[in-house]
Amino acid sequence: MPAQVVTVTSGKGGVGKTTAVANLAVALASNGSKVVCIDGDIGLRNLDVILGLENRIVYDIVDVIEGRCRLKQAMIKDKKLPNLYLIPAAQTRDKNAVSASDMNRLAKDLRSECDFVLIDSPAGIERGFKNAIAPADRVLVVTNPEISAVRDADRVIGILEAEDKGPGALIINRLNPAMVKRQEMLSADDVLDLLAVELIGIVPEDEGVLIGSNRGAPVAMDPKSRAGQAFRNIARRLKGEDVPFLDLESSGSLWERIQRLAGRR
Amino acid sequence: MSFFDKLFGRKNSADSAKERLQLVLVHDRTDLTPAELESLRDDLVATVSRHVDIDVTSMQFGVEHDGRLQRLVADIPIKSASRRKRASRKPKAK
Repeated sequence: MPAQVVTVTSGKGGVGKTTAVANLAVALASNGSKVVCIDGDIGLRNLDVILGLENRIVYDIVDVIEGRCRLKQAMIKDKKLPNLYLIPAAQTRDKNAVSASDMNRLAKDLRSECDFVLIDSPAGIERGFKNAIAPADRVLVVTNPEISAVRDADRVIGILEAEDKGPGALIINRLNPAMVKRQEMLSADDVLDLLAVELIGIVPEDEGVLIGSNRGAPVAMDPKSRAGQAFRNIARRLKGEDVPFLDLESSGSLWERIQRLAGRR
Repeated sequence: MSFFDKLFGRKNSADSAKERLQLVLVHDRTDLTPAELESLRDDLVATVSRHVDIDVTSMQFGVEHDGRLQRLVADIPIKSASRRKRASRKPKAK
């Protein structure tokens, strides 16, 4: 079966696109899928460091497009997961080095090579974003329960509809259940109500995500992490499985749970 | 949300965020500014008034959303014919 091409985008920067791509890639690959990630953020390369592969880069996406190397030479194999590959962005070029038809051609070549192609889109709604969504079979829109991120997600969803890419599926990242409970943060229901799109995952705020980035080991590899669990669930949903959403209310330490039982929180 | 916020009837911030976003998204999606919407309303009132006598003070006008679809909704009460006649007779009686 040819690969599914999934692009992860958001409009706003810093909401966790790259983290989502890295974690979904790790989750899919550890479940036996062959995954190729493409860093679409030309000039602001980051997926390599999040995956811990920054020291292995020889060729990048622009080298492939401009014919300086073969596709396979630019595919960096992960250290731990032998069926996970990264095609890094070029760091010294700008987004004009790549066109939508370049991305389509690259995705076409990769479709027969693997099960999933995950494309990390740059922030914004300009050329880099348009390039990243061009070959997508499916688009995941990452947002945070925060006013500016939701507004930008709505813009992106509108553009996806206008470009016949379907409405996209939503990942609500960095949800803080305690703040939602105090009604000082938009809930997942609020965000869905506003954006009116399909939900594919809710990822709780989790220190482990930053710690994982520090180490170049995405949190989806940590079986105990709640955020890791949320990403693993999204990966299963991408494969077409019906996975119930996490009950984020039950998160917290034993002491917090006791306090909640006692009605203190 | 603190006890004092509740005491003084201050809205929690999640509700403020949702309400503000609802308004902003309507304008983002329709590309209509509040001023343009206002002038559209005035044009509508002028046009409809040429045909029927309407109650402008109790009319409802705005953009509502139905999923991702935006709908321009106007609810314009028509003044009843008898009231209208009475109103137009009055000046004659003077």
